[in-house]
Amino acid sequence: MITYIIRRLFAAVVLLFIVSAVTFAIFYLVPRLAGATPETLATRYVGRAATPETVSLIAHKLGFYDPIWVQYGRWIKGIFVGADYNLGASVDHCPAPCFGYSFITREPVWPDLVDRLPVTLSLAVGASILWAVFGVSIGAVSALRRGSLLDRTAMGFSLAGVSLPIFFTGMIGLLVFSYTLKWTAVGGSYTPFTQNPADWFYSLLLPWIVLALQFSAQYARLTRAGMLETMGEDYIRTARAKGLPERAVTTRHGLRAALTPILTIFGLDVGLLLGGAVLTETVFSLPGLGKYAIDAITNNDLPKVLGVTLMAAFFVIIANLIVDLLYAVVDPRVRLG
Amino acid sequence: MIRKSRVLVAGTAVLALALTAACGGNDDSNGNETTTKAEFNAALTKVFNPSDKKGGTIRMANAGDWDTLDPGETYYGYSWDFLRLYGRSLVMFKPAPGKGSNELVPDLAESLGTPSDGGKTWTYKIRKGVKYEDGTEVKAADVKYAVLRSTDKETFPNGPAYFEAFLNLPDGYKGPYKSKGMNTDQAISTPDDYTIVFHLKQAFGGFDYMAQLSQTVPVPEAKDTGAKYKEHVISSGPYMFDQNNLGKNFSLKRNPNWDASTDPNRKALPDRYEVALNVNADDIDNRLISGDLDVDVVGTGVQPAALGRVVGDPALKAQTDNPVLARLWYTSINPTVAPLDNIECRKAVLYAEDRTGYQTAYGGPLAGGDIATTLLPPAIPGYQKFDLYPAGPDNKGDLAKAKEALTKCGQPNGFATNMAYRAERPKEKATAEALQQSLARVGIKLTLKPYPQGDYFSAYAGNPPFVVKNKLGLLTNGWGADWNDGFGFLSQMVDSRVIRETGGSSNTSVRIPEVDTMLDQAIVETDADKRNAMWGAIDKRVMEEAVIMPGIDAKSLMIRPKNLTNVFISEAYGMYDYLSLGVA
Repeated sequence: MITYIIRRLFAAVVLLFIVSAVTFAIFYLVPRLAGATPETLATRYVGRAATPETVSLIAHKLGFYDPIWVQYGRWIKGIFVGADYNLGASVDHCPAPCFGYSFITREPVWPDLVDRLPVTLSLAVGASILWAVFGVSIGAVSALRRGSLLDRTAMGFSLAGVSLPIFFTGMIGLLVFSYTLKWTAVGGSYTPFTQNPADWFYSLLLPWIVLALQFSAQYARLTRAGMLETMGEDYIRTARAKGLPERAVTTRHGLRAALTPILTIFGLDVGLLLGGAVLTETVFSLPGLGKYAIDAITNNDLPKVLGVTLMAAFFVIIANLIVDLLYAVVDPRVRLG
Repeated sequence: MIRKSRVLVAGTAVLALALTAACGGNDDSNGNETTTKAEFNAALTKVFNPSDKKGGTIRMANAGDWDTLDPGETYYGYSWDFLRLYGRSLVMFKPAPGKGSNELVPDLAESLGTPSDGGKTWTYKIRKGVKYEDGTEVKAADVKYAVLRSTDKETFPNGPAYFEAFLNLPDGYKGPYKSKGMNTDQAISTPDDYTIVFHLKQAFGGFDYMAQLSQTVPVPEAKDTGAKYKEHVISSGPYMFDQNNLGKNFSLKRNPNWDASTDPNRKALPDRYEVALNVNADDIDNRLISGDLDVDVVGTGVQPAALGRVVGDPALKAQTDNPVLARLWYTSINPTVAPLDNIECRKAVLYAEDRTGYQTAYGGPLAGGDIATTLLPPAIPGYQKFDLYPAGPDNKGDLAKAKEALTKCGQPNGFATNMAYRAERPKEKATAEALQQSLARVGIKLTLKPYPQGDYFSAYAGNPPFVVKNKLGLLTNGWGADWNDGFGFLSQMVDSRVIRETGGSSNTSVRIPEVDTMLDQAIVETDADKRNAMWGAIDKRVMEEAVIMPGIDAKSLMIRPKNLTNVFISEAYGMYDYLSLGVA
C-alpha cells in the first residue's frame, strides 16, 4: 500500500512537470512560433502610451529575449529556490515555491493561490456534501420506487438540473432569493470562515445550492441507474433469500456496490472543482481560484494562468489517487499493490 | 377675512416652495442648478438630490480589477475621478455638473499655472498647511518626486507618458530609482518648499491639463516603495486607505489630518467608501437596480443583459442618465491602400455610409451613441458642428454623391477592399457588417478581416506595412481623450509623427503635414480661446482629406444611485462625479 502511494506520488510529480511544460509552451512558445516577437509579447504588460523604448525595456525585464528553455528553467528554478523582482524603490523577494510573478498586479502568484484556495475549498466541500447527500438519496429512492410518481418527479427535476447552466440558475437565484426575497446573500459578499462562520455560511448558501443542483441531478441519475442494475444481481436475491431485512439488502449490498462508479466520478468532480468552479465563482463574484483563473485569462496575465493551471492539475491528480485508495475500502475485491 | 387671506397666502407660498423643491430649479451653495425630481437625465446638467448631510458609507463595485491605485501609474478615467478622494494633484477638473466640469481649478496649487518663456516654463505655488495622513506637510519636493518617479517606465510601464515627453529631463535620466542623485532641476525645480517650476523642452500652452494628471499627486520619498506603493498610497486628500485586499476589495476612511480650509473643492460627506473588485458585471447592474449597491465605479453604463429591462421600464429609466462621452468610435480610411489613395474614392466611402446602421451596430442612440460628423466630440472645447459629407435627411447615405465620387476616382462600378476589426468585439464586427452592406449599394465590396485585439495595433491594423500588404483599406477604431481638450483628444489621433513603421499607433490613416504644423501651432498657444479655435480648424482640415469616417460619439446609460445625494455627471470624466457624493 505504502509503495503504491509513493509510486503514485512520484508519477504525480512527473505529470505536473509535463503539465507545466505544456502550459508554458502554450503561452510562451506558441505565440513565438506564430510570429510574435518579444516586443509584441511585452505590449501586453505596458500601457497604451508606451513608446517602443518602454516596450523593449519591459521585454528585457521579463526575459522575453531569452530562449524559451531558459525562460522555463528560470520559472522552474523559482519554484525551488525563489526569485527576486526589482520594483524600483524596493526588491520583492518571491520565496520558494515561487510559481511566477504577475507583472500586471506586481504580486507573486503563489500567495494569491494560497489566499484563494479557502474560498474554492469552501465552495467545493459544501456543494459536494449537498449534492452527494441529495443526489445519491434521490437516486436510490427513485430506483427502489421505479416508475412511481416520486421517481418520475425526481428524474424530471434532475433532467432540469443537468440542462440548466449555472450562469442561468445562478442569476435567477440571485434575482429571486437575494434581491427580491432577501433570503440569501448578494453576490460578492464572501466572508472567510475564520472571520465569521455564520456570515461564511450565509454568503455561500446560494452558491452551494446552485452548484449542487447541477451536480446532484447527475448523481441522482447515476445512482438510480447503478442501483437498478445492482438490485437485479444474483447476490441481492441471495441476500434476500437468507432472510436479511430489506433495508440491509438495499444499503449494505445494493447501494454499496452502486457507489463504486459514483465514487470515481465524485473524486474527479471534487478535484476539478478545487481547481476552480469558474462559472459559479464568476456568477457569485467569489474570490476563488476559478474567478482568479478567468480574470487572469481576461487580463492576459500568463504567470497567473500558469499557476492556477498547475494547481488545478495537482488537485485532479490527488483526487484520482484518493479515489483509487478508497476503491479498496468500498470494494473489497480491489487490492492495491 | 384678513386671517383667511393670510392663511391662503401662506399656504400658497408653502405649496410654491414645495413645488419648486420637487421640480428643481434651485441652486446649491456652489451655484450649480439642482433637482430632486427623479427623471431620465436628471443628473446630466444638474445636481440631483442636493444635500450637505455627512456620514454613511458609499458602496462601489468594479467588474474588473483596478489597474493600480498608485497615482503615478493609474491610467483610467474612473480611477482619476476616484483618486481625488485620497490624493490632491496640482490642478483638477471642477466638481460641477455638465460642461462646468471641464473647467480647470487649482487643487494642491493656490492658482492655475503661471507660464513664462512663451509657455516653456510653468510655475505653481503650493498651498500651505496641506498634510498627509501621517500629519507631515506636503512640500513642493514631494510633487517633484512624484512626477519624476512616474517617468520610470520600467517600474510604471502602464502610466501616461506626457511628462517624460515634455519635461527637459537630463540625457539618460531613468527616474529617481536608477538615476538617484542626478540633478533634475533643468526639468523641475523647487526654489522653496511651496513653489514648483516645470521646465519644458518645447512650449505647451495647455500645461494645466498635464498638471491635473494624477502623476502630480505628492508622494513622500521616504514612504515610496516603487511598484508596491499601490498597496499603501499615502493620502493627501480627505480619505485614506483603511483596508486594501488586492484584487478583492479596498476601503477608505476619513483622513484625520485633512483640513477643509485648505480645500475649496471637496465636500467629504460620507464617512467611508467600500469598493469591491472583480464583481460579476451583470450582478452589479442587479444590485444597482435593487439599491444593494450605490455605484458601478467604472462608469461605463449598464450591460446588455440589463439594458432592455432598464429601458423598457419607465420607473427604471427615470433612474438613469445618458451622457455623451469624449470618445469617438470611428473608421480609419487608409490612403496608403489603393484605390483609397485617391481622395474621391475615400469621399465615396463617406457618402455611401449608412450612419444609422453604424449607430445601431454600436448599440443604438441610448447605449451606443450619437451620430458623429466630426472628430471632436461636443464635450471637447473647440468642437465645431459641421458635416462635410451629408448623408441625406434620413442619414442613410447619399448614394448619388457616392457614385459621382466613384466616377471621379476612375472606379465608376466600385472597387474591392478589406476592412479590419477586433475579433473579440461584437460591436465592431456588427459595424463592419453594417458598412459592408451600405457600401455594397454603390459597388464597394468589403471583405471583413477580424484580428485579435491584444495585438490589433501593434501587429495588424496599426502596423503600416501589414496594412498595405493585406490591403486593409478600412479599419474600425476608437479614441477617447485623456482629458477634455483638443490636444488630449487629437494628438494621438491625427499627428502623422506618432505613426511607427513597427506598429503600435492607433493613427494609421492621417498623414497630413499641414495638420502636423497646425498641431504644433496649437500646442504652444497659451490663450485657451485661440487654442480651442485651432483644434476645431484641425478637425475640419482632417475631414476635408476624408481619411476618417466619424461613426458615433459614444454614450453610456448609467443607473443613478438610489440612496446617494449630490449626484451629477461630470463631463470631464464622462461619469458620475465621485468627489461630491453623500449618503441620504
